[in-house]
Amino acid sequence: MLVIETINLSRIFINKKTKKRIEALKNVSLQIQGGQIFGILGRNGAGKTTLIRILTTLLLPTSGSAYVLGYNVENEYYKIRPYINLVSGGENPGYGVLNIKENLFFFSQLYGIPRKLAKEKINKYIKEFGLEERAYNLVNTLSTGEKQRMQLIRGLLNDPEILFLDEPTVGLDVESSRFIRQFIKKWIEETGKSIILTTHYLAEAEELCNLIAIIDSGRILALDTPSRLKAMGSKEILYEIETTPLSLEFLKNIRGVSIIQDKYLDGKVSFKISLENESLISNVINKISELGSNIIYLRKKETSLEDAFINIVGRSIEDD
Amino acid sequence: MIKNLILNIRACLGRAQVRFIGLKRDLYWIPFDVLLPLLGVSTFIFIYKSLKMPPITYTFVILGGSMISYWLNILWSMASQLYWERMTGNLPLFFIAPCSINSILIGMAVGGIYATSVRALSIILLGIIFFKIPIYWQGLPQAILAFLLTLISLYGLGMMLSSIFLLSGREAWHLSNLLQEPIYLFSGFFFPIKTLGFWVASLASLIPASLGLDSLRQSLIPESKPFAFLSFEIEITILCILSIIYIYMSFILVKKIEKIARREGRLITRWQ
Ligand SMILES: Nc1ncnc2c1ncn2[C@@H]1O[C@H](COP(=O)(O)OP(=O)(O)OP(=O)(O)O)[C@@H](O)[C@H]1O
Ligand SMILES: [Mg+2]
Repeated sequence: MLVIETINLSRIFINKKTKKRIEALKNVSLQIQGGQIFGILGRNGAGKTTLIRILTTLLLPTSGSAYVLGYNVENEYYKIRPYINLVSGGENPGYGVLNIKENLFFFSQLYGIPRKLAKEKINKYIKEFGLEERAYNLVNTLSTGEKQRMQLIRGLLNDPEILFLDEPTVGLDVESSRFIRQFIKKWIEETGKSIILTTHYLAEAEELCNLIAIIDSGRILALDTPSRLKAMGSKEILYEIETTPLSLEFLKNIRGVSIIQDKYLDGKVSFKISLENESLISNVINKISELGSNIIYLRKKETSLEDAFINIVGRSIEDD
Repeated sequence: MIKNLILNIRACLGRAQVRFIGLKRDLYWIPFDVLLPLLGVSTFIFIYKSLKMPPITYTFVILGGSMISYWLNILWSMASQLYWERMTGNLPLFFIAPCSINSILIGMAVGGIYATSVRALSIILLGIIFFKIPIYWQGLPQAILAFLLTLISLYGLGMMLSSIFLLSGREAWHLSNLLQEPIYLFSGFFFPIKTLGFWVASLASLIPASLGLDSLRQSLIPESKPFAFLSFEIEITILCILSIIYIYMSFILVKKIEKIARREGRLITRWQ
């Protein structure tokens, strides 16, 4: 099922002081199927939050249109709201004078969840998120990781059809980030619902997302599965091979193959080759067995998402 | 339709509960909260005593002192509420939720009324005990009617101010200051507004506390009738009209806020 569709979506901001026009989104056209984690990967200021805000009915498009669950964000926003939720990294909404349970109960009431049901849900999630011991602590006293876990619970209270996560692990330590990532994966598997996740962590996008859209300066520059995106990283086809003793001379006779690296040790040969096209690898393998040698190890070297990102965007995701 | 109503009632009670819990956590400040205003009220009573004013003037002061509690709650808590919700990052979550912002505002009002009533009632109780203020108990039903209408219109005004404060940002604090001091004078917290003359009194009546207080005095202190600004019935009618206007305006403003927020990308973000 198509859960999100945008058609030539654009958003312009006017900076109040400098009067400069900022095109935060430019002609974004997306079709997102449900039941998966859809990632939006981009540098600071790329337009990720702006896109999330439009889809969560917090912001209007300047032109173009967007549909969430089939409803137009512009004038049918009240039909969308019961079925979505949003958790943003680095923000801690809620009330400092309330403890975790009380805060979560308050937010559950904004969705009209009956008292008893709300309390049951909250208890269940608090247990699942390992917050039992902190459940009665005021949120002021929680660690950043604990606060963010509470926020994620908040986002789940209304069992959203689409959960929007805007950089949900930003500023968290390794363990908290891992916990949140694992929970997200499990949730999608168990419920079959949808997550739209923005991030500027490449590894996070690669680990979590079924599809990744790479956004820069308000434009979607690429949209594909992580593995296919990575393939865009470099045109080179690289293989790492290890065999029983063998002279590598034969490789020079296969056109389109070049040796990049070779090592002889412990009665083994390990070498790295670059191929002009994928089919050449069978020639190489055949030749090795013709020469009476055994293949111990063979692996196609993947290019990284980082290479792909640089290739697509023209600069790295981190530097300025 | 009914489902929507239940949703909004739940949201309203949910927000009121935040206030109840906050009050419970901060119990220790209640003595200060009650004692400080009481000191102010006592000062006036001692002045009136030394001037050999009749004891009904004490009732004036006690009632005025209680009403001031509500007005201060409106100015310093209700009016700045949405502004704070924006600063804590709650506002976008209110927009995203299916309930109306109005329900949340009403919830704040209910919470505020509860918290302030602790203070206001303490002032009245202490007045009755310590200063033996005379009260005409037969006027109580009328007084309760006047009091409830005053609260409704006062908190309606508070909800309206909350939206105005959110729209005007930091300048709002100056507005609060501007409203606090003169109101002491013009609302007749400690004396009848009739003495201000018809036009000033009419203007002061825009603040529901003024008319509310005037009608409370009329009903609880029969001897004060000659000092009343308008007749009880007219004052009650005006309070009804003010309630409707303020609450209606507040609903309109909330709509406007959401429009501005969605169009300009302002208001929902913390610092833009
Ligand atoms: N309310 C606003 N008013 C003016 N400009 C804005 C507003 N919101 C966003 N922008 C601008 O739009 C552009 C995109 O911002 P956006 O917040 O969508 O980026 P982002 O990809 O989420 O970045 P980050 O990784 O820093 O969160 C930026 O240049 C930003 O300054
Ligand atoms: Mg962002």
